[in-house]
Amino acid sequence: MTSALLLLADGRFPAGGHAHSSGLEAAVAAGRVSSLSTLESFLLGRLYTTGLVTAAFAAASHHAAAHPATSTAAAHPAAQGAAAAHLATPSGAVEGGSVPRLGDMECAAGSEVLLQLDEELEARMASPATRVASRKQGAALLRAAKMVWPGDGYGLLPQRRDGVHHAVVLGVTAAAAGLSCAEAALIACYSQVTGQASAALRLLGFSPYDIQRLLAQLAGQCDAVAMAATAHAGKDPAELPMFSSPLADISAELHATWEVRLFAS
Amino acid sequence: MHPETVHTHPDPNVDPHSALHHHGAFRVGIGGPVGSGKTALVAALCRAFAGELRLGVVTNDIYTTEDADFLKRAGVLDPQRIRAVETGCCPHTAIRDDISANLAAIEELEEELGQLDLVLVESGGDNLTATFSRGLVDRQIFVVDVAGGDKVPRKGGPGVTAADLLVINKTDLAPMVGADLSVMERDARARRGDLPTIFLSIAQDRQAVKVADWIRALLAHEH
Amino acid sequence: MRAVARVVAQADDAGVTRLTGLRSEAPLLLRHTPATTGPAVVHLLGGAAGPLGGDELRLEIAVGERARLCVRGIAASIALPARSGAVSRMTVTVRVASGGELHWLPEQLIAARGCHHLAMSNVELAEGARLLWREELICGRHDEQPGDVTVSTSVTYAGKPLLRQALQVGPSAVHWAGPGVLGGAKAVGSLLGVNSESWPEPRTAAPEAMMAQSEVASPTAVRMPLGTGPGWLVTATAEAAPALRAVLTPAR
Ligand SMILES: Nc1nc2c(ncn2[C@@H]2O[C@H](COP(=O)(O)OP(=O)(O)OP(=O)(O)O)[C@@H](O)[C@H]2O)c(=O)[nH]1
Ligand SMILES: [Mg+2]
Repeated sequence: MTSALLLLADGRFPAGGHAHSSGLEAAVAAGRVSSLSTLESFLLGRLYTTGLVTAAFAAASHHAAAHPATSTAAAHPAAQGAAAAHLATPSGAVEGGSVPRLGDMECAAGSEVLLQLDEELEARMASPATRVASRKQGAALLRAAKMVWPGDGYGLLPQRRDGVHHAVVLGVTAAAAGLSCAEAALIACYSQVTGQASAALRLLGFSPYDIQRLLAQLAGQCDAVAMAATAHAGKDPAELPMFSSPLADISAELHATWEVRLFAS
Repeated sequence: MHPETVHTHPDPNVDPHSALHHHGAFRVGIGGPVGSGKTALVAALCRAFAGELRLGVVTNDIYTTEDADFLKRAGVLDPQRIRAVETGCCPHTAIRDDISANLAAIEELEEELGQLDLVLVESGGDNLTATFSRGLVDRQIFVVDVAGGDKVPRKGGPGVTAADLLVINKTDLAPMVGADLSVMERDARARRGDLPTIFLSIAQDRQAVKVADWIRALLAHEH
Repeated sequence: MRAVARVVAQADDAGVTRLTGLRSEAPLLLRHTPATTGPAVVHLLGGAAGPLGGDELRLEIAVGERARLCVRGIAASIALPARSGAVSRMTVTVRVASGGELHWLPEQLIAARGCHHLAMSNVELAEGARLLWREELICGRHDEQPGDVTVSTSVTYAGKPLLRQALQVGPSAVHWAGPGVLGGAKAVGSLLGVNSESWPEPRTAAPEAMMAQSEVASPTAVRMPLGTGPGWLVTATAEAAPALRAVLTPAR
């Protein structure tokens, strides 16, 4: 599964991420991030708040798509591989044998949970600018995912003209790509941290080696947050983590009012 | 992460005149260096096609929505028909490597306005290497100007060599900057083979007649 | 210490709010402050020093149809550590029926050095319920680093999640004081309004327009319309409690 993991986590995966700084541009403008140490503090502060939340929702959405019938019950890691096969296409990770189809009941349960996850995530995003950015990126990811890993699983997602939240689409996409729940969570953490770091590289002119070294140093914490997030898969969506960052909300709203900005969020 | 910038020329085995792979309006990309006259060309085409074609415009700005705002103020097109895409520091990424935001913008226009005949996509001003993905546009125009001197066509780059149409704009400035148009024409032919090149001064030709005709011919061919 | 306190507000036939239940238990002391007009007012008299590590405090509030209740504080509460290092917990559980209204405007919570405190609120609003809900956290007394405090707020409206957020400060939280979360601010808080137009001054536009739009009051205070229901949230950080209070004071 490693190649699919790298593919989906790659910044070059065409899902619109390059236009977003996930709050970094606003933090730079406010003078809060200006050095490697303030960048590190920023990355970690957000990783343990918004990062944990999005990763938990990615994991939970993966779970809902991969085994919809049991999504609100406890997670069954052993069944995950088999369940992911539901969503994999013949050209995907699953070889030979017939791909079992989802039953109607399972589909209904899965789409109900994904709808709840989308609403629960919405309630965790007080900032409208953050909600819009998340839904736009969700729509962009869904567009790419359907073409790259075609499958039935996307049909479980709520139908919304403005897009489903990115973390929810990410979980479903990871399932379609044959990845695990934990991998979905890891991609969520990794993309947030690396997306912010690469925005810092562009905005502050850091040495790329310094940025990569910092990212390497944070890798353990990124893994740890992803692991903590994975533990929430299969829980009642209302019980998922809800840590927020006041400055993330405030500065996202400030950023949205700027006339001149380099990033969409 | 910032994608590696890999500059590849279009695959010679791919027929650039293959049938449209999408439904909806014919899409023309307008790229080229900063300030060469892309927005001016979009405005000229809006004037040329007013009352003739159902038009939509998508702009890709580096920071602001300045180009879109300019077009809205210029009054050449109903503001509803203009969408701005934010590109996060990387205008070429948004038109080539990750076209999702542009595709979404085109779809939004088509959803809101119904059937369109032509969508013009202006890239953010970049360098000579930025070209459009064929997943985004059906044809692309590369706009350079004479103000940078007559060496631009000689320098080549994927925009100059492979764009479906090369527009060399601001010919009115040629005498002032000492640019020799015949040198530019010769170099362009050497670089581009049979692909067309049009010399233009939008300052004098407010409807970019030759470019409009080139697009009309394409549309006639498609239908 | 364990304590459970309760307030039940119901409207009588004439539409006047009566407190049909009022139960205090030390240190959660509630006092009904008679008012001739407007909502019933209850003051929360918690002792200045507390909650203390090991405390398990619960407050339950129920507001019936058309009833109006306002709960206010007298003084800030200070979360203090126990020698044992035990966690203190304050849980507020609220139900507001359709047409009912609750204003929850207590004083600040101050996180003292070494404390381990959890403040949890669960608010269930029926469709048509109105709410003003303020929370303010001060990270340490004068020149003091705070202990561990988690403030979590969970609000549902008509059965759907409206707002769920939690903030963690103190030595166990990761880079909470840094540029990603509080940016060095000592005071942080929010004011939530549901079916309410009492957002803090200034008023820059017509209420309907203001309801639908975000509004940046200062570089560290914004009011945001929520996504899943008729609510808005002002979130703010500030140097100190008074500046925070200034941006979290609802209009009359
Ligand atoms: N003299 C002269 N000026 C022109 C001509 N065409 C455009 N300009 C001017 O050149 C300047 C840049 O034109 P734009 O259309 O904004 O160029 P652009 O390529 O869209 O620029 P960016 O989007 O910023 O990359 C403007 O001041 C135009 O008025 C021309 O034919 N002659
Ligand atoms: Mg332009």
